[in-house]
Amino acid sequence: MPKDNNQEVKKVNVEATKSNPQKTIVKPLLVVEDLKKYFPLGSSFLAKNRQYVKAVDGVSFTIDPGKTLGVVGESGCGKTTLGRTILRLHSITSGKVMYDDIDLVSISKKEMTKLRPKIQIIFQDPYSSLSPRMTIGEIIGEAVRQHGIVPKDEYKDYIIETMRLCGLPAYYFSRYPHEFSGGQRQRISIARSLALKPDLIICDEPVSALDVSIQAQIINLLVELQKNMGITYIFISHDLSVVEYISDEIMVMYLGTVVEHASTKQIFGNTMHPYTKALLSAVPVPDPDSKKQRIILTGDIPSPANPPKGCKFHTRCSECMEICKTVEPKLKEYEPGHFVACHLYPQD
Amino acid sequence: MKNIVDKIKIKRKKRKEEAKHFISKEQIKKTAKENSRIIKQLERQNNRKNVPEEEYITTMRDPNNVVEFDNLHSYFFTDAGVVKAVDGVSFDIPKRSIVGVVGESGCGKSVTSLSLMKLLQSPTGQIFDGEIRYNAKDGKAYNISKVPKADMNRIRGKEMSMIFQEPMTSLNPVFKIGDQLDEVLFLHFPEMGKEEAKQKSISMLKTVNIAMPESIYSRYPHELSGGMRQRVMIAMALLCDPNLIIADEPTTALDVTIQAQILDLLRNIKHDIDGSIMLITHDLGVIAEMADFVVVMYAGRIIEKGTVREIFKNPIHPYTVGLQKSIPALSGTKDKLYTIPGTVPNPINLPNYCYFRDRCNKRFDKCDGAYPELTQVSPTHYVACYLADEMKAEIKAKFKEVDKNAKR
Repeated sequence: MPKDNNQEVKKVNVEATKSNPQKTIVKPLLVVEDLKKYFPLGSSFLAKNRQYVKAVDGVSFTIDPGKTLGVVGESGCGKTTLGRTILRLHSITSGKVMYDDIDLVSISKKEMTKLRPKIQIIFQDPYSSLSPRMTIGEIIGEAVRQHGIVPKDEYKDYIIETMRLCGLPAYYFSRYPHEFSGGQRQRISIARSLALKPDLIICDEPVSALDVSIQAQIINLLVELQKNMGITYIFISHDLSVVEYISDEIMVMYLGTVVEHASTKQIFGNTMHPYTKALLSAVPVPDPDSKKQRIILTGDIPSPANPPKGCKFHTRCSECMEICKTVEPKLKEYEPGHFVACHLYPQD
Repeated sequence: MKNIVDKIKIKRKKRKEEAKHFISKEQIKKTAKENSRIIKQLERQNNRKNVPEEEYITTMRDPNNVVEFDNLHSYFFTDAGVVKAVDGVSFDIPKRSIVGVVGESGCGKSVTSLSLMKLLQSPTGQIFDGEIRYNAKDGKAYNISKVPKADMNRIRGKEMSMIFQEPMTSLNPVFKIGDQLDEVLFLHFPEMGKEEAKQKSISMLKTVNIAMPESIYSRYPHELSGGMRQRVMIAMALLCDPNLIIADEPTTALDVTIQAQILDLLRNIKHDIDGSIMLITHDLGVIAEMADFVVVMYAGRIIEKGTVREIFKNPIHPYTVGLQKSIPALSGTKDKLYTIPGTVPNPINLPNYCYFRDRCNKRFDKCDGAYPELTQVSPTHYVACYLADEMKAEIKAKFKEVDKNAKR
C-alpha cells in the first residue's frame, strides 16, 4: 500500500492548516515509505520457492517533530520489528526510511553509528536490557562517552543531571541494576537514551512489564520529558488505554500491514476498521456498571509465514464479504488524516 | 591530637550506623538455626501418614461458602529473616461466585492461592498459622492447613484446580497434550480405561471451544498458540469436575482480543460446573468485569474487601482509590495521570504502623499508631484504614439528616 508523495504532503498540509492556519508547513522528522522486512524461513538459502515471514509488509507513515505515534496490535503483528527495522537493528528488505532528509537505508554503518544518538530505543523488559555488571553511572555514561556528547570534565555532572531529570537521585550513580525495582530500572533505561539528547525515541512496550501504580509514574515521566525537550516518540504497545493517553496519532497493525491510521481523536471517535473496533471493545473497563457490546474475535492471529489471501483479517472478521477473500484492500484516506484499509468503504 | 581522636570517633559511629543495614554472620547463623527448628516441626506435621480424618475435619462457619480463609499466615523462612508474605488474611469465597484478588506484584496474592492448594515452595515456605476451611463436594469440611501431604493429593486437582499465568511453562513440553490430560484422569480415577480417558479429554477440549479437538489431542504444546495453551490448561483444570477453580493471572500473558475470549470462556464455565472461581489479577478492568466480590491486598494484608460495586464506586482506602485513578481511562481526560509515590515496603522489615502510611496522601496523626484493623463499613464492605472511622461518622451523620428530613 504505497502512498505517493503528493498524498504525504497533502496530509501534512491539511493538519498544519487545521491547527494553526498561519503557521508554515511542519517538516516531518521521520518519513517511512513502503517499509518491508522479511525473515527467511529454514536454513538452506539456495532452496527454491523460499518462504518468508513477512513481519513488516509495506508500512508507510510520517511523524512530525514533538509528536507521538502510537503503534498498536496483537503480538506477532510486526510492531516490534517495525521499531527495530527503523533503527536498522534488523537489515531492511526494501523501502525507504528518511530521517531529517537522510536516507537510513543507504547510508553506511559508520554513518549510521554517528546518527545513533539521535534515534534511541527503550526496551520492554527492564530486567534483561541493563547489563548486570555495570554501575548505573557506567550504563548511562557509556554511550555519552562513546559519542562525545559532553567534554570529559563535565561528564559526571552531566550524567547526574540526566539522572535527576528521570527522577533518580545522585547516589544511585555507583549502584548496580540488581538493587532496583522494575520501575526504577525502566527509569534508568529512559535516562540512558535521554543522555544522548535524542530527537526520536522508540518506546517498545516500556510499561507493560510494570505494575499499574508504577506504570503511571513512567508514563507521566515520558510525557513530561516530551513537553520540556520536544522529543518525538514512536510508542509501541498492546495496551490501548495507555496508547490513547500518550499518542497524537495511532497506527493499528495486523499481520505486518497497517489497517487503520488516524489521529487519536478519529480512531476513538470514528472507528472504521472492524479490527480496530474489536480491539477497542476487548479492553476491559474498570467500571462494574459499564455494559458495552463486546465483539469477540474468534480464533488466533494467523501465521505470518502463511497469511490468508485477500484481506489478511477476513478469517476473523465479523463483516467479511466475498471480495475480502480475494482482493487485498488498499489503505485509503476517508477523512483528512484518517487512513483505512477495508472493503467496507468504497475503494475507488 | 584531639582532632584525630574526634575523627576516629566519627568513623566508628559511621561504621556502627552502616552495620545496621547489613546482617552479620552470627545473625544469619542464628536466624538459620531458628528457622530450621520451626521448619522441621512444621514439615514433620505435614509428612505424617495415616492421619485420622478427625484431625483435619472441621465445620464451616457458613455452609454457603466454598472456602473460608481465617487469619491465614504464610511465611517464608529465609536466612535474611522471615518474609511474612501473607500476614493475617481472612475472606470467604461464597458458592457460585467469582472472587477477585487484586494487588501489585509482591503483595501476597499468589501466595494466598498457593497456600490454599498447599503448593508453597517448601521447606522455606510454610503455612505458619491460621485456618483454610474447604467445603468439599461430599459435604465434609477440610481444614486445608492441617491436611497432610498424602491426603492433599486426593483433593488437589479433583476438588479444586488451578490455572497458572504462563501457559508455556505450566505444560510439559515433552508430552503430548492428550497424554497430559489423560494423566490427570488416571491419577484421580485409577479404574478408568485408556479409551474412556481419551473420550473424556477430547470432550473437555471441545467444551473449551478448541476447534478440531482430536488433532489437538495428539499435538505437542509448542505447536499451539498462547491462547490455545491457556484453553488446554483450563480443560485440564476442568477434567475432574472441580468445585473451585483458582485462576492465577490467567490472561496476563495474552493479547487483549484473546483475553476477551478466555474471560468469556471462564464465565461460561463457572455456569457449567456450578462452582466458584478465585481470580487473581493486577488488572482492575478484568476484575470489574468478572468478579462479584473483590479483595484488595497490600504487603501481605487485606486493606479493603467488598462487593465489586462497593470497591469501584465507593472505595475508601487511599490505596484502592489511587490504583483506580492511576489507570488511563479510554477516551478519558488527558490530565496528568495520578501516581502513588514510592514503592511497596520491604517484606522482611515491615514497620509497625500502617504499611501504606509513607505513600499515602491522606495521612493524619492517627496513622502513626498501630496497624489499623479491618473495620466494617457496610455488611459486606471492610476497610483497614483509620479514615474509615471518620467516614463512618460522616455516613452516620448523613443518615441522621435523612431521617430528620423524613420525620418532618
